[in-house]
Amino acid sequence: MIYLDLLIGFLEVGLFSFGGAYAAIPLIRDVALAHGWLDDEMLSYMIAVSESTPGPIMVNLATYVGSNKGGFPGAVIATTAVMLPAFLIILFIMVLAKSLLKNPYVQATLRGLKPCVIGVILATGIYMILGNCYVKAESRVDITAILITCGLAVIYFGSRKVVKKGLSPIGLICLAAIVGVAVYGI
Amino acid sequence: MPILMELFLTFAKIGLFTFGGGYAMLSIIENICVEQKNWITHDEMMNITVIAESTPGPIAINCATYVGYKKGKLPGAILATFGVALPSFVIIFAISMFLEGFLEITWIAHAFQGIKIAVGILILDAAIKMIKKMKKKPLQICILLASFAVIMLINVLKLHVSSILVMLTAALVSVAFFLAEKGRRKEGQA
Repeated sequence: MIYLDLLIGFLEVGLFSFGGAYAAIPLIRDVALAHGWLDDEMLSYMIAVSESTPGPIMVNLATYVGSNKGGFPGAVIATTAVMLPAFLIILFIMVLAKSLLKNPYVQATLRGLKPCVIGVILATGIYMILGNCYVKAESRVDITAILITCGLAVIYFGSRKVVKKGLSPIGLICLAAIVGVAVYGI
Repeated sequence: MPILMELFLTFAKIGLFTFGGGYAMLSIIENICVEQKNWITHDEMMNITVIAESTPGPIAINCATYVGYKKGKLPGAILATFGVALPSFVIIFAISMFLEGFLEITWIAHAFQGIKIAVGILILDAAIKMIKKMKKKPLQICILLASFAVIMLINVLKLHVSSILVMLTAALVSVAFFLAEKGRRKEGQA
């Protein structure tokens, strides 16, 4: 049943996304791929839409998947599910266990989780970049995509050396859209 | 204005005007809740940041729940959390109604071909920023490299293994090392 799948899937995402929005992306990808809700391409599009619209990225992704798969009730269930663990854990810490995070075992757990999350995000990012540069249907390397990837990466990371804050994520998305239209449209 | 109403409206405003997710929100939440409204102190804000980084879930939700509970107990926590999520919910729900049709327009599909590439770079950037901030002890570096290798393998071989399993393993390894260390220290004292 789709509502139950959405509920359980996004409770998992909400419960294990340590370290903010980008930590949730690999988890959402797991759940979405396992159920066939989104492919990597659609997930990339939605990450871009979530970056370019206000609000927490995790909430945006949950609302989109929920709405797409289960209409309005699906959107409500997925969004509530992704927020619920955070809500309950903060209440628990404030009401019952103010020193929970100082507990040595909790600290040891977090010391293991944090670097792992970074490894998971790094692997997901690199895998998605590699996936973009390969045309699966024709089993060939996509040279155009590789060139765009290198170009955008140089501009994005290089812009920080020139201007203090560099290009913003939304700025990069807009630039990439223009490059996409120019390169693939002509 | 009653405090519950004010919590709801303030966090709805935060939800509506912050782009780019959690860390961008933190500075705006600090500006509004500490400097404008005096709901919490600077120290508390620091405390919230640490808690938000150590607990799962969207950082904005962590903050809204904390401030909401502090100012209005359970109803306050519920309304602030609901408020911060409501604008994104409405906007994304509206977008989800027409996005797929929108993607069928040729030039928009081309734009998204480019955008897809930008998203890969953004994810990579998020990981690089976290690596720069992390404490680089040998065990942490090993866990990072091992998780990276395992997830790459899972992806390339298309295995059905959840990242959550990898995370739980990393947590267990870290706790095991902590216990071993503790045991050794006790032995040293005896």
